[in-house]
Amino acid sequence: MASLYNQLQMLKVEGCSISPLFINDNSTDATCEKLMEMNVQFLDNPINIGIGGTVQLGFMYAFEKGFDFAVQMDGDGQHPPKELHKLLQPLLNSEADVVIGSRFIDKVGFQSSTLRRLGINFFSHLNKFLVGASIKDSTSGYRAYNKKAIFELVEYYPDEYPEPEAIVYLTNKGMQIKEVSVVMNERVMGVSSIRQFSTIYYMIKVSLNSIFLHLKMRSNG
Amino acid sequence: MDKIQIIAIIAVAFFIGLIARFIVKGKLRTEYSIIWGLMGIIFLVFSLWRRSLDLLAEFFGVYYAPSLIFIFFFFMIFIFLIHLSVVNSKQHEQIKKLAQEIALLKERSSNGSCKV
Repeated sequence: MASLYNQLQMLKVEGCSISPLFINDNSTDATCEKLMEMNVQFLDNPINIGIGGTVQLGFMYAFEKGFDFAVQMDGDGQHPPKELHKLLQPLLNSEADVVIGSRFIDKVGFQSSTLRRLGINFFSHLNKFLVGASIKDSTSGYRAYNKKAIFELVEYYPDEYPEPEAIVYLTNKGMQIKEVSVVMNERVMGVSSIRQFSTIYYMIKVSLNSIFLHLKMRSNG
Repeated sequence: MDKIQIIAIIAVAFFIGLIARFIVKGKLRTEYSIIWGLMGIIFLVFSLWRRSLDLLAEFFGVYYAPSLIFIFFFFMIFIFLIHLSVVNSKQHEQIKKLAQEIALLKERSSNGSCKV
């Protein structure tokens, strides 16, 4: 966490000022105290609300502060801040509303395991089938959004394993999504929120969520 | 009076007492008090007046009277469980929203402190 913050602090993107936000989702360890010690911008959830609600809270914060762009990034070292400019460039050029950092375009950096890639591929195809979005790295959580997209995300963001479903949502809302190549690392600490046992459950749940959401949004016009 | 009828009446009395207690203590919302109160009354009628079930079965043309109980209560319980799932899903969203608002408020009011 501290090393990520240091990297973020040193980070400069042409024409942007960056304001990193940390959110403690009611961790039982001393995360919150640590954040206070580091003297950074942070939010502290009163109860555990899970990944979706917490990421959405970040969007609510960005919306409230009137930021032009919001970036979400895994805190476990998978997403190197030095690649950030690649995500922001299409937003600055107004080429897209949402930019997703992808490992699979140029196939450089950490590529994940075969099994995981299979899953990611499956969601890619599901998204393509549902909304015609061709996002290769469908589960990537390294994403940047403009104001228009932030507004939509404050309205709705999926609860659990939100990444693939968010693509369905944003596409249905008419957002332009662009995928850019970034180099990712292997996570240096912590475990993925997607573990072995629950993989099948995860796949089914995300698929159903995506399909239900799509049908709901289609029927509401 | 058969043994089973006495047991049934005692059980129903216990059930009604339980519901009454929850209502008095304000632990049940009115809509649920109505549902469970009605259930209690239905149970009471069946336990006091044994022939009622047979008459009802005859009326509906059900040959084996107890199966009427199963079909009726399965149906009721199913509907009620679906209702509770809907309520639960709604509350899940509401609680999430509240927690998010609190987190934002905490930041605004104390600018970065842990707990409230």
